[in-house]
Amino acid sequence: MAETSEIICVACPKGCALQVKHEGKDVIEVIGAGCRRGKEYAICELQDPRRMVASTVKVKGGLHPLVPVYTREGFPKPLIPQLAQKLREVEVPAPVKINQVVLQNALGTGIDVIASRDMPKVD
Amino acid sequence: MAEKYDVIVIGAGIVGSMVARFLSKYELDILMIEKEVDIGMGTSSANSAAVHAGYDAVPGSNKAITNVMAVEMWPQLSEELGIAYERCGDYVVAVSDADMQVLEELLDRGRQNGVPGMEIISGEEMRRREPLIRPDTIGALWAPTGGISDPFAANIAAAENAVMNGVEIKLCTAFEDFIMEGDQITGIRTNQGDFACRWVVNAAGLYADEVMHKAGVRPDFKIRPRRGEYLILDKADFQLTQNTILFPTPSDKGKGILVASTLHGNVIVGPNANFVDSKENKEMTKEGIEEIWSGGKTLVPSVNRRHIIAEFAGLRATGNAPTPNPDIDYNQDFIIEIPDKVKGLVNLGGIESPGFTSAPAIAVKVIDQLKGAGENLVEKSNWNPIRKARPVFRHLTREEQAALIAEKPAYGRIVCRCENVAEGEILAEIHAPIPADTYDAIKRRTWLGTGRCQGGFDMPRVVSILSEELGLSPEEVTKKGKGSELLFRQTKDVTQDHLTVEDLI
Amino acid sequence: MKHNYDVIVIGSGPGGLAAAIAAKENGAQDVLIIERDLELGGILLQCIHNGFGLELFDQDMPGPAYAQHFIEKVKGLGIHTLMDTMVLDITPERKVYAINKDQGYIDLSARAIVLAMGCRERTRAQILLPGARPAGVYTAGTAQRFVNVEGQMPGEKFVILGSGDIGMIMARRLTIEGAKVERVLEIMPYLTGLTRNYVQCLLDYGITLQKQRTVNRIIGNDRVEAIEAVSVDEHWIPIPNSKEIIPCDTLLLSVGLIPENELSKKAGVLLDPVTNGPFVDDRFMTNVPGIFAAGNVVHVYDLVDWVTEAGYVAGKGAAQFAQAEKIKAGEQIQLKTGENIRYVVPHKLEKAHLAEDEVRLQMRAITPIEERVLVTVEDQNGEVIAKKAEAYARPGEILSLSIKPQAYDAVQQATGLMVNVRKR
Repeated sequence: MAETSEIICVACPKGCALQVKHEGKDVIEVIGAGCRRGKEYAICELQDPRRMVASTVKVKGGLHPLVPVYTREGFPKPLIPQLAQKLREVEVPAPVKINQVVLQNALGTGIDVIASRDMPKVD
Repeated sequence: MAEKYDVIVIGAGIVGSMVARFLSKYELDILMIEKEVDIGMGTSSANSAAVHAGYDAVPGSNKAITNVMAVEMWPQLSEELGIAYERCGDYVVAVSDADMQVLEELLDRGRQNGVPGMEIISGEEMRRREPLIRPDTIGALWAPTGGISDPFAANIAAAENAVMNGVEIKLCTAFEDFIMEGDQITGIRTNQGDFACRWVVNAAGLYADEVMHKAGVRPDFKIRPRRGEYLILDKADFQLTQNTILFPTPSDKGKGILVASTLHGNVIVGPNANFVDSKENKEMTKEGIEEIWSGGKTLVPSVNRRHIIAEFAGLRATGNAPTPNPDIDYNQDFIIEIPDKVKGLVNLGGIESPGFTSAPAIAVKVIDQLKGAGENLVEKSNWNPIRKARPVFRHLTREEQAALIAEKPAYGRIVCRCENVAEGEILAEIHAPIPADTYDAIKRRTWLGTGRCQGGFDMPRVVSILSEELGLSPEEVTKKGKGSELLFRQTKDVTQDHLTVEDLI
Repeated sequence: MKHNYDVIVIGSGPGGLAAAIAAKENGAQDVLIIERDLELGGILLQCIHNGFGLELFDQDMPGPAYAQHFIEKVKGLGIHTLMDTMVLDITPERKVYAINKDQGYIDLSARAIVLAMGCRERTRAQILLPGARPAGVYTAGTAQRFVNVEGQMPGEKFVILGSGDIGMIMARRLTIEGAKVERVLEIMPYLTGLTRNYVQCLLDYGITLQKQRTVNRIIGNDRVEAIEAVSVDEHWIPIPNSKEIIPCDTLLLSVGLIPENELSKKAGVLLDPVTNGPFVDDRFMTNVPGIFAAGNVVHVYDLVDWVTEAGYVAGKGAAQFAQAEKIKAGEQIQLKTGENIRYVVPHKLEKAHLAEDEVRLQMRAITPIEERVLVTVEDQNGEVIAKKAEAYARPGEILSLSIKPQAYDAVQQATGLMVNVRKR
């Protein structure tokens, strides 16, 4: 049975409202996309929704108590709560360098979580 | 009861603090208790900052007597205690013949009360002195002895000077009951234990009725909290032509909504006057905001809503006591008495406007009462009436600022970007004779967080300074005492997670 | 330390960093950045979410990474910095007075100044929120600093007032850190932030947004205990019987940003009452010769990438001003707001500049148009000088349009320019 879902595309800041006709996870038709990326987005949203996740992890001996981190690429959406929990357990020693991996292969997804800035050491 | 005092003052608002300060002149062991985490958090925490000239009060009333007497004291007092005070004069503005009639009555009343120098000026003259006044002004009453001060600084300075002269202060200490032997008060019960004493001064402000009732005094006296709401304008955006207070002509509703300069540099608009049911209800209301804004805008039409940067409300301790003189028909006077019913109580009550102005005179009256009751007050040889104000960075010249930073580098870091309050000022208040240990306590003393961003910039910095200096965790730092914690936990210290996979699908 | 600089930049957020870099790269010898915090980067350091760099680098970067890219450039170029230093005063003669703990009172002068102080958040009093004054009422940005930098949570159960970007981003951020966001309320009938943030921050996490609904009263004497929400009509008048008490311990405000111009005023810089930022020309020079302004201090941008671009323009202008022996101002033309345009920046442009560079205009619409629109720049006769088609016009999203050097001749002949946005 085909059904229609409404999805707002976030591939760019425009935010097109997409009417996605699909059967289960198979996309049949996408209406309302302002560009080609709309259809790709709709397929991805139905089959394997992913999001960039940004958070922080604890730092030992750093200028600040936390260092900001993010997933190197879009992360499976249903796993975000687990990732949030996992990141609370991580603590890295200062100094931290930008792009340093703070959590490798997060939750077995093959996606690393990396630091988004340097965090100098403070004595 | 381990400790025995000569005098215990209940309440460390402006009245209690002035009483303690003036009593500290004598050889007395004095304790001042305050139920809140800081001094001056009750009715003293919000008012117009006006030192009223004294033409408003009913002639012969305690209000009138103490008001006019206090105005005479303010110049020396502010000098001694390092309190900002400017005798800039005030105006009552008339726009109708009926108003002009009221001005005549006020002038007459003022003369009876002994207010010096008052005169009625023309509308033209009023507009010349303050071009921003409503254009239909036809005359004004000018009272040159009206002035403005800093009520927070006055309260703190008085209490601090009291402490310098040996008065002890216990905060977070709430009066519960009197301890009596027959009709003699011998002490008080508090939530922090019992304290013995020979005299109690009831300076409990909004709660003065409840305190005196515990001693069986004036069972019919009742304080009805009457709320006044205020708005503060951005000093960068709006100023009066010169420092002054502008009142509309009073009506049966009261003195009306004033527009006045403050010594912090902002213009204040307010207050209204509405009875509320609770002695803790300092809520701003939509209706109240509209009421005072329309009052202020009528008086000074060029004020602009976009310039409002702060809103707050205070409570007046409005009582129902008749004047001591039975010939005067007035039932909202200050109580300043030693009642016959019990021994050992100096009873104050119903201290609403002009309470801030009158406070030093009330203190002098308390001393008179004690002397009248036969108390042998011996002056200390080493009483020090001088309390120096601590440096206010933004008020210093460049050279003074440079010298201060050179001496104390903490003055080289600005913590509040709007009011330019330096870290050194905050440290000085945390380590002052009456330590400021909450965010609001520091705010009242340094004026940080009162500007355009209302603490948005300084708050994380102040929390970290407070926690470092007081050895607290950031979660223990409060806005105004227990229950007003600013932070709940460390970011990563999650005990109950609300986020589930279901939320995401 | 040095006291005389070619260019002094005040603030090291994206606008300041870009201005300093552009000033140095365009020939200014001694460039100084003055920053009041301990580190360069400004508010970007607390904006740990992604979404930066899409326009400039075609990369999706978090705020700190975006900042670090420019910070490293600043360091590589030998730009001077004064950290933990507050500027107290600026004069029209371009003297700068600042203080810090180590050097005390610092007396500086510059051939050109770039103001890059950014913006500040509107507060509770500015929207006249009624109710008690307990702990637990924060602006979203202050909460962001606590959560992301200081490592402290300002509450557990939140209501957020305002659908601005920071508010929505904080809704997601707080949820990820275990807090509960009960509601986001928006007084306007439309979203005030970007649609993508609505999707990624609210929809994704099942957080409810209610439009035309606001906070009627804050409840709680010591700490926030609840807020009373109410629905409003288009004139913000409360609708009867629409009240709801929402128990919560924290109210976050995301109700708008205002350019921070206290210092600008001290230097005699004139401000546009609509943007709350300085009147600027196409090089972002203010009315005071040699004083430039870059980024959110001029008007509040949607995207940091555009702040960086503005910083480049202002920094280049400052460097040119600093190096010129004599500044000869050329003929300028005003840019006026026409149909459905609330403001346009810059306010005027120097005609001759079009010979070298295109001039980027940025503006905001007054009312939303949810269909295809045409943005135009027209001369005094209604002749179109530049135009751009857009899918829609929303007050929450900046419109931008460039006048290209090809329009040089048309602009030379024009006596006034007007910007419009109309249905196509």
